[in-house]
Amino acid sequence: MKRGWWLIALFVALLLAVASPLASSYPDGLERVAEDHGFIDRATEPFYHIIPDYVFPGIPDEALATIVAGVVGTLLLFALGYGLASWLKTQNKSAGI
Amino acid sequence: MLFTIAPLVTERVTEQPMHIPDGFLSTAVSAVLWIVAVFFIWLALTRSRHALGERQVPLTGVLAAFIFAAQMLNFTVAGGTSGHFLGAALATLLVGPWVSVLIMTCVVAVQALLFQDGGLIVLGANITNMAVVGTFSAYLTYLVLTQIVGKNSVGLWISRFGAAWLSIVIASLACAVELGLSGTSPFGLAIPAMGSVHALIGIGEGLITTAAMALIYATRRDLLSYGPTLSTIGERG
Repeated sequence: MKRGWWLIALFVALLLAVASPLASSYPDGLERVAEDHGFIDRATEPFYHIIPDYVFPGIPDEALATIVAGVVGTLLLFALGYGLASWLKTQNKSAGI
Repeated sequence: MLFTIAPLVTERVTEQPMHIPDGFLSTAVSAVLWIVAVFFIWLALTRSRHALGERQVPLTGVLAAFIFAAQMLNFTVAGGTSGHFLGAALATLLVGPWVSVLIMTCVVAVQALLFQDGGLIVLGANITNMAVVGTFSAYLTYLVLTQIVGKNSVGLWISRFGAAWLSIVIASLACAVELGLSGTSPFGLAIPAMGSVHALIGIGEGLITTAAMALIYATRRDLLSYGPTLSTIGERG
């Protein structure tokens, strides 16, 4: 029962990732300011590309590539957050507090 | 020839959050902010243990996942500009400031390392702005507002909205100051420009934060009882 709530919450996060192609494509706050004030060109290329611009490489359909990128990131962050928190909790116990 | 094919103006179309890219901040500013970021991550690692009970472990995972996914959903705020959810206030209100610093650091680091959103040299700056400034501006605003408007139901919801709104404005002003210090954009231009656009984006932050908390309130009210108090900040692991 209790586990069900967490699964639903994770499912909601995954739904948001699936909805990500619907996001507004206008430049965001910082990007807008950078364009208006003429310093957008100062941005340098990343040192490498893995999943640049939230588009998973090798998938021709851009919407689908964005969804896959979003789902991969969402699951990775769940694992990272869960793993970090459980590790810190163990540390707490071993510290005898 | 009357009709010339105008060179296609290829606008950079990003559908997703844009954090500070490399090149916007000077090396000195980037270096100092790396030190600030590492210091706060270390503090958070040592002080967040207390905050982590049985329920907080899955909550931390779900929050990191939710914040990452929600950040992808840019919403239009005003003519031709978008904004996106940050999540530092939501995390702070649910699991306290120290765990929030860690969650936001995970999100921002993965975005930079895996998705090339936000530079690597300026990753310390992005962590400082979004994980540290975002978290503690939300935390302090919440503490101050609950003192002013009271801790009844209405007061709590006003404080949550206010904390979310101000966390966005303050984090964006931190970014503007860094741009100024780096000589990228004069203070007089960057501060009002970043502040005004993020005052709008902050309304979205307030709405999403309170909506998410209302959903939790309706389904798992017990999770809201771990909200931040003044003592949270001084706890040692």
